[in-house]
Amino acid sequence: MNFGLSESQQILRSNAKKFFANECPPAEVRRIFETTLTAFDAKLYAKLAEQGFTGIIFPEQYGGLGLGRVEMAALLEEMGRALVPGPYFSSVFLAGTVIDAAASHEQKEKYLRPLAEGTQRATLAMLERSASWDPEDVALEASLDHTIAGEKLFVNDAACADFLVVAARAQGELALYIVDTGNVAITPMNGMDITRRMSAIGFDRSPGVLLARGEAAEKALKTALQTATVALSAELVGTMQRAMDLAVDYAKTRKQFGKPIGAYQAVQHQCADMYLWTESSRSAVLYAAWALDNNAEDAERAVSVAKMYASDAGREITSRAIQVHGGNGFTWENDCHLCFRRAKASESMLGDPSYHRELIAELVIDGAAVESAEEETVFVSGV
Amino acid sequence: MDLTLTQQELEFRDDLRNWLSKNVPAGWQKLTSDQTLEERFHFLCGWQKTLFDGGWAGVSWPKEYGGRGATLMQTAIFWEEMARAEAPPMANVLGLGLIGPTIIAYGNDAQKQRFLSKILSAEEIWCQGFSEPNAGSDLAALSTEAVLDGDRYTVNGHKVWNSYGWAADWCELVVRTDKNVPQHKGLTVILVDMKTPGVEVRGLKQITGESEFCELFFRDVRVPVENVVGNVNEGWKVAMGTLMHERGTFGAGIQVAYQRNFKRLVSLAKKLHRDQDPLVRQKLAQLGAEIEIMRLNQMRAFSRINATGVPGPEGSIQKIFWSELNQRLQQVAQEILGPYGLLGKGDTNGFDEGAWQFGYLRARGNTIEAGTSEVQRNIIGHYVLGLPKSY
Repeated sequence: MNFGLSESQQILRSNAKKFFANECPPAEVRRIFETTLTAFDAKLYAKLAEQGFTGIIFPEQYGGLGLGRVEMAALLEEMGRALVPGPYFSSVFLAGTVIDAAASHEQKEKYLRPLAEGTQRATLAMLERSASWDPEDVALEASLDHTIAGEKLFVNDAACADFLVVAARAQGELALYIVDTGNVAITPMNGMDITRRMSAIGFDRSPGVLLARGEAAEKALKTALQTATVALSAELVGTMQRAMDLAVDYAKTRKQFGKPIGAYQAVQHQCADMYLWTESSRSAVLYAAWALDNNAEDAERAVSVAKMYASDAGREITSRAIQVHGGNGFTWENDCHLCFRRAKASESMLGDPSYHRELIAELVIDGAAVESAEEETVFVSGV
Repeated sequence: MDLTLTQQELEFRDDLRNWLSKNVPAGWQKLTSDQTLEERFHFLCGWQKTLFDGGWAGVSWPKEYGGRGATLMQTAIFWEEMARAEAPPMANVLGLGLIGPTIIAYGNDAQKQRFLSKILSAEEIWCQGFSEPNAGSDLAALSTEAVLDGDRYTVNGHKVWNSYGWAADWCELVVRTDKNVPQHKGLTVILVDMKTPGVEVRGLKQITGESEFCELFFRDVRVPVENVVGNVNEGWKVAMGTLMHERGTFGAGIQVAYQRNFKRLVSLAKKLHRDQDPLVRQKLAQLGAEIEIMRLNQMRAFSRINATGVPGPEGSIQKIFWSELNQRLQQVAQEILGPYGLLGKGDTNGFDEGAWQFGYLRARGNTIEAGTSEVQRNIIGHYVLGLPKSY
């Protein structure tokens, strides 16, 4: 038993760290989001593909690396630390995972392979006016001839995608489609995370290719969202680590009243909390990744625990990093706000902490049997 | 990352599971719920002896001292299985978790032979003499003095907040042996027989109304030099080793209690028809998640100790985590139970023999004992994050 990265997983992580330090340093992140409307840079994306990152968890049969969720978590942590801009997450974890779980062999050849190899990009169109991540709330109508009419909102990175994976409802059943972005109207939405852009999508009898419907679609979407949720939580861990590192470095060098501000407990204790929350989030994410790969009994709960905890921690740590930086942290030039924005956007994405707490409640409260006091009397130890 | 158990770990688990199923006293929670502190302690000593006789009292300790020589991972499995079987805790908490490991790390052979197996069997109960009225967080400022006189030290001083002082046969005491050097360079750790003339134990009645803690007074107490652990004037290193154990591994057994309490709280929420209240559900889910994360952090810490050999300052996150989480848990319990949560022992209108009143009051001490949350955050800030020393 070993709770932590294996040697090969550590190598993957440290190589990724070096790669992003060289290819996607903070200045490059800024150049990309300041000079593009989509935060997409084709050159950077080609380099990600060259590393195999775009295919990390997909089967080798379809051009992927066939690695597990723990490797995925190790990589995503480094991506979150670097605040890699653009459609990587959407294409691989929102669209690719659904195709991998829902599509036929021929469809995977056609749609998954180009995503795994990084020659095309896609995203998932799921949220609607209800802004709900619960698949039961998907209402967009699909007709018998597989055409779709209506709208989707908050779709990440749609403006640089080749096609969309669309969650819709066909005669009351959940159904998943591929829709070419050439057949929809894409309107930018002004989201908070400037490294990851959102759009509204208008469908006007847009033709779709059916991947799955009914129970198969529900199962596939659930599986895909679980992987995506762990990936996003891992990315959050990287972003909180980055914010903490920035804050700790600043607290060591910035002097007030003749001393580094990190020598004051009011500042130092905030940094200690950041460490506690970051490490705790990391434990939760690693476990969730392992639990998914090993079909652990508690995998579903582990995924929600990771997202819930990492979302709250990410928001709080990136906020406190700005507080430690004082006025400097409130400026556009300082990277703290990029972490702060990313953490907020990721908190809301794929179910916010309250959503996941309710999922946990269903498992630990509704799933627990009522017992009588006679059967069990509690003892509250002094500890 | 691999949490599947090896063949050896599986065998260890199955042996233990089998043993526990035959030996955990049925209905022990109910039986002990209306006992006094002393009666309950006596019961837990008996339980520890049962574990000792089965070879399960000190799984991670060397075999030659009555342990099982288990790996850290097996130790982690041990605590998981104890939780799963809802087994009672062991009585000699400080001896097992802190003093034994300190003697194993710093003691000489004679001390190991003399003390270790009696710690495991609960034949000799241990307490710790660290804090003083004027040396709490600032432990190095302690003033209990030991003066060498022939083959014995003469000890004079006053210690406070001794857990189990009322039951203890022996005490791990930190004393000042040199006043002419910087504070932490003049300290020594010495083991004191509590029956030595001049040792006085006074109960320290605390917030709960119980006297779980004591004050110890030492008046010209004569202690043989062979009872010094490690070298004279190197007591700071020895004491810090003890505290690292306290923070790093002590948390392992705590999830046993937390999981049990959480389960009970969920059940009471249902009984009181609060379990469909969205706010209650959010709070219970948060607690359930944090208890799980405490367990995961502990497993990760074990893996790290496995790789590096010693508990590190990261243990401070465990101390902060278990203490602050218990306060949150007890607070949520009070919210769910409302006025029932206020009721103490002996009030038949309440639940669980006053356990929730007691738990709420007792948890208040968690962020103070074993190093305050503030001191833990200083340790993380300075020793883990490399920030300047703040005190």
